[in-house]
Amino acid sequence: MLGFLSPTSTPKGSTHRAPGLWAWIVLSPLLIWLLLFVVAPTLVLTAVSFAERDSLGRIVWNFSVQNYARAFDWVWVKILLDSLYYAFLTTLICLALGYPAAFFIGKAPERWRGFLLLLVMVPFLTSFLIRTYAWINILSKEGFLNSLLISAGVFNEPVAVLYSPFAIVLGLVYNFLPFMILPIYTSVEKLDNGLVEAAHDLGAGPLRAFSQVILPLTRPGIVAGSMLVFVPSIAMFAITTLMGGGTNPTIGEVIFKQFTAGRNQPFGAALGTILLFVFILALWLARTQRERED
Amino acid sequence: MALGLWTAGILAFLYLPIALLVVFSFNSSRLNIQWEGFSMQWYAALFSNKVLITAFQNSLLVASVTTVLSTILGTLGAWMLHRYRFPFQSALGLLIFVPIVMPEVLMGVSLLVLFVQFLSIPLGFTTLVIAHTTFCFPFVLVGVQARLQGLDPSLEEAAMDLGATPFQAFWKVILPFLMPAIVAGAMMSFTLSLDEYIVSVFTSGSQSQTLPLKVYGMAKVGLNPQLNALSAIFIAATFAFAMSAHFLGRKR
Repeated sequence: MLGFLSPTSTPKGSTHRAPGLWAWIVLSPLLIWLLLFVVAPTLVLTAVSFAERDSLGRIVWNFSVQNYARAFDWVWVKILLDSLYYAFLTTLICLALGYPAAFFIGKAPERWRGFLLLLVMVPFLTSFLIRTYAWINILSKEGFLNSLLISAGVFNEPVAVLYSPFAIVLGLVYNFLPFMILPIYTSVEKLDNGLVEAAHDLGAGPLRAFSQVILPLTRPGIVAGSMLVFVPSIAMFAITTLMGGGTNPTIGEVIFKQFTAGRNQPFGAALGTILLFVFILALWLARTQRERED
Repeated sequence: MALGLWTAGILAFLYLPIALLVVFSFNSSRLNIQWEGFSMQWYAALFSNKVLITAFQNSLLVASVTTVLSTILGTLGAWMLHRYRFPFQSALGLLIFVPIVMPEVLMGVSLLVLFVQFLSIPLGFTTLVIAHTTFCFPFVLVGVQARLQGLDPSLEEAAMDLGATPFQAFWKVILPFLMPAIVAGAMMSFTLSLDEYIVSVFTSGSQSQTLPLKVYGMAKVGLNPQLNALSAIFIAATFAFAMSAHFLGRKR
């Protein structure tokens, strides 16, 4: 699933021809689309990040680096670090929760594997908003958990569980857990049982067999799953805003606000450009990690 | 054994929240404080909620057009990149992955600025479809590309030897071979478009609000029994679809 971290390999065995006029014509919609709606917007965003705004929030094309100077203010740096921290915590929890389950499914009798995997994936196929709302339904003040605890006499008054860092991370974990389980499952399924048995025969205890044989062999799945959880968690502001209620803003939320209520598009663009670099860095790190493993 | 229990626990963690949504969608009480009795009133309210129905229609329309555009762009693109060697081919291959990995918020704001500041396209149906197609077609392209890796090149040659033009060879030989990947890509595009919130929030106009935008607005305010009913319908539909796909696929 991490194929997207490397450029597409040249297909083998096909007859490659030099493109003629027709080939260029047929390819042109794709080319135009990529240039107009992928390359151009990114350049435009970067350009706007160096602009200024007037009192009405309109973009004024004066070159300035003040947006970047402001972006490195501790308020904003902290929000970016918070976002990275939530994403990191989400990844760790997903790994801890998901690894044993992925291992169990990967080693289950073959006719059960597909079905168990399907059970993991089905909640993921429903809308992420519905999945997030499901937790609002449980955690909010009038929600299921509070009514349960109050009727059980544990609390007299509803407790605020929603709108907290805990809720943010819970929402992210709930939404991204299948992303962790799937790649780990793939590498567990490929794991040669003979190797594990050999480790046992050679006197390794379960802990040693796990740390010396199973863990290294399922590492590609762990790395892939961690990237699939970590990277989208950083800027998934729809989940973090719903679960955090704006009390602990994340970087995506802040950028969103600059483009809507804040009316400071150049500053939002600067934050966006910085976020873009964080992403490129994360993907580049993942790719070098993968190359080292290959 | 312990692992089995753990996995059961994970499945409970995944299913309990959505199961509760379904259960409370039949609760006659406005709040979730307690169960007051079985009722279908929230479903009735949902089906007469004009705002949500319009939003759902908008979503279906955007998702349909997006799917058609993405499927054409992705399939033709994959075939051309497979069939010919273009200059800058590897750069092109990398560029196709950008919309897949790019955070949605960046795609949303950058397209917003492009539409408003540079292209002067009013935000609405057109901009929504453009934005959705941009992040959907790479999924089609990558899927079709994967299938093309398994294509026997002699297949096309045989067709050409038998007198087919390149267009006929593509239409009659290549396209049927690619069909499973194309269908999978189209379904993926439709689902992704239907579920998209972040990119939509930047690229939609007031007349083109899609369902996720409305759902987000409702969820943000707090509990809403109509939203429970809507969720229950979506959950049931997803579940039925996934299960039937699984068991039908196994029979074959």
